[in-house]
Amino acid sequence: MRKNLNVIAAYSIMMGLIILVGIFQSWNIALSIFNLCLISAVMTMGANIQWGYAGLINFGIMGYTALGGLAAVLISVNPVQEAWSAGGLNILFSLFLIIGMVLAVRYVLKKFEKSKRRTYIIASIIILGIIIIRFVSEPGIEGIEEVDPAKTGFLGGLGLPIIFSWIVGALFAGGLAFVIGKVALGLRADYLAIATLLISEIVIAIIKHEDWLTRGVKNVIGLKRPAPYEVNLQQTDWFINLVEKFNSGKLGLISDFTERQSALNQLVIEGSSVFVKLCYSGLFLVVVIILLILTQKALYSPWGRMMRAIRDNEEAANAMGKNVVKQHLLIFVLGSAIVGIAGAMLVTQDGLFTPGSYRPMRYTFLIWVMVIVGGSGNNFGAILGGFVVWFLWIEAAPIGLYLVNLTTAGLDDAHFLKVHLIESVPYFRFLMMGIGLLLIMRYRPKGILPEKIEIK
Amino acid sequence: MDFVNAIILLLNYIFVPALAYGSQLALGAIFVTLIYGILRFANFATGDMMSFGTMFTILFTWYFQSVGIGLGVLPTALLAIPFAIIFMIGYMLLIDKFVFKYYRINKSPPVQLAMVSIGVMFVTQAVVRIIIGPSDRRFFDGEKFLIKAGEFKEITGLNEGLAIKSTQVITILVTIILVSTLFWFLNKTKTGKSMRAYSDNEDLALLSGIDPKKIVMITWIIAGILATIGGALYGLDKSFKPFTYFNNMLPIFAAAIVGGIGNPFGAFLGGYVIAFSEILLTYAYRKFFMYVLPESMEPDGLVQLLSTDYKFAVSFSILVIVLLYRPSGIFKGKVL
Repeated sequence: MRKNLNVIAAYSIMMGLIILVGIFQSWNIALSIFNLCLISAVMTMGANIQWGYAGLINFGIMGYTALGGLAAVLISVNPVQEAWSAGGLNILFSLFLIIGMVLAVRYVLKKFEKSKRRTYIIASIIILGIIIIRFVSEPGIEGIEEVDPAKTGFLGGLGLPIIFSWIVGALFAGGLAFVIGKVALGLRADYLAIATLLISEIVIAIIKHEDWLTRGVKNVIGLKRPAPYEVNLQQTDWFINLVEKFNSGKLGLISDFTERQSALNQLVIEGSSVFVKLCYSGLFLVVVIILLILTQKALYSPWGRMMRAIRDNEEAANAMGKNVVKQHLLIFVLGSAIVGIAGAMLVTQDGLFTPGSYRPMRYTFLIWVMVIVGGSGNNFGAILGGFVVWFLWIEAAPIGLYLVNLTTAGLDDAHFLKVHLIESVPYFRFLMMGIGLLLIMRYRPKGILPEKIEIK
Repeated sequence: MDFVNAIILLLNYIFVPALAYGSQLALGAIFVTLIYGILRFANFATGDMMSFGTMFTILFTWYFQSVGIGLGVLPTALLAIPFAIIFMIGYMLLIDKFVFKYYRINKSPPVQLAMVSIGVMFVTQAVVRIIIGPSDRRFFDGEKFLIKAGEFKEITGLNEGLAIKSTQVITILVTIILVSTLFWFLNKTKTGKSMRAYSDNEDLALLSGIDPKKIVMITWIIAGILATIGGALYGLDKSFKPFTYFNNMLPIFAAAIVGGIGNPFGAFLGGYVIAFSEILLTYAYRKFFMYVLPESMEPDGLVQLLSTDYKFAVSFSILVIVLLYRPSGIFKGKVL
């Protein structure tokens, strides 16, 4: 108990801060911060597995997040029948062609020795394949995108409950990570960072511009929800009764019937959105706890010890007979899959998929700040990092506004400097993150909750 | 005649823009490669440092414009660049003193320095946005075109016009002057030689009496000059927007790695490799084929290899291929 005192203290302070937001701002804001903190925590757990356990730098987090979001679309949206009949066959045929191409390349790789000839054969297979695929898919894509472009214009999904997408998102992200890992894991650390950053940009470019699959920058809105809708809740009797019971003290003070009714209505509207957010919190909390148990078990298992050995001294681990390449690939896939889950959760919560909003600053570098600040190699630290950094990211604007008002208190309200500073308050969050990261890296390089290795 | 038209078409839409864009990338790539070769880390703040320098250029340009000082047909920004460079160098040296020096002295691994540079990236980005705001700004003044498309058509009697923007010419000229001075400095002067020695083998360089503090300071000064000029030229040619500059970091990294990181000449050529392949692969060749081929064989589609949306993807694919088959770059840089 005493050993974990700092963990408990850190988490209680964090929860206290969120509760303070609930009391002083509103419970709605507090819960939406809390939900995104939970999603960030899942992302940091994924990044922490790669960086903290194995020392692999992955700057492609944005790409996996977006793939998870894509999974949410492909699972939950109802299939668009006209689009399928317009171009589904062509797309399926192209898919078979791609599989055929990959098999052909694999066959050549196995059959021939490494030589110039083999490289040329592979290159010609790929180029020929791309040309044929373009010819096959083009009419299909055009057909699909012409089907009611204002509403659909894409193939749609499978029409399943959106919860399934959390698993499918993990599979998607893991699959991509497998391919990238095969290609890029041999590179030195900072090269791996740059390569993954660039590959994630390619993923975003594809998601943004392949409208037949993702609707691109036209966004997919109104996704299914695992939680009830606010409008329905506001008309359900048991919910109104619940709100009434909850606020009976406050309502009892109002004697007039119509006034009481309108106050109740107001409370029901507020309560419904809080209730929906609580539903999400519950779902996310389950995911975070399951992942935390699994990652904690893994960290203290023989496998976790082996990963740390590989991280701290690759050559020695190799000499002891551990397959470094294979383990690196495994952990790269696992970590990315977890990030994929977070991507699907994010889209589930928002109810919409906006490829244009995936930017490296928010989805890659911010997550890294979380991992470093929280404490790499320590799951509790990584989760705490997700909470702290996301909390500051949201609350930076009010804090910045307060600071600006404090420092420019002597100036006139219309003074150009004051107006300018107040306008640029949203950017104080970047400043805060940067300075926070630099301070932590300098004075507490292991993070708020440093890695603790104890043999249980 | 059709053939000449086709050539002019390619010159107008591919060659001249790619040359200008390539020059801008090349300056950034040399910046990355110098930092990597001498200070030994991948600087993720590259794009934002360039936007920081450009911001000073814009502020000085505004000041000169308000006072009424100008260069006539040339953009006022050219006058502002030297002043901006002074501020930029000051900023670079400050950052080095307060941030990077500690890790250098402690001999931290490159990965840690790269992480620190992410912190610098956040701070620089915030400062730029707080001072000048996130919106799109044009600060070009003076004569816009050296040759206008219409005039060119009139003079030559061709169907295709060739428009050359003055910013493109300025970009290319300034790049040539700057890069040749830099190579002269690195190859002929004593300081330049000691920089190369330090980059090649730190311990040996220290043994032979080279002062590391001086080397590091000069590296930051050169980096400041490159970042400001590269950024300002890009802003003059297109426009200044902090977010675009952040994104430009990616093709710049690609250029530096393709050219062989740690090798300034490779980085210089890498910039053009990236720029030309981006534009060549995403240009729609339909009109070109209409000139070159007989009428019966005219193509129906746009004859575009990739849609322009995948501009960035091109440079990254080249990078991935180079990393796979020649990890040390086309021109041998440091072996990775």
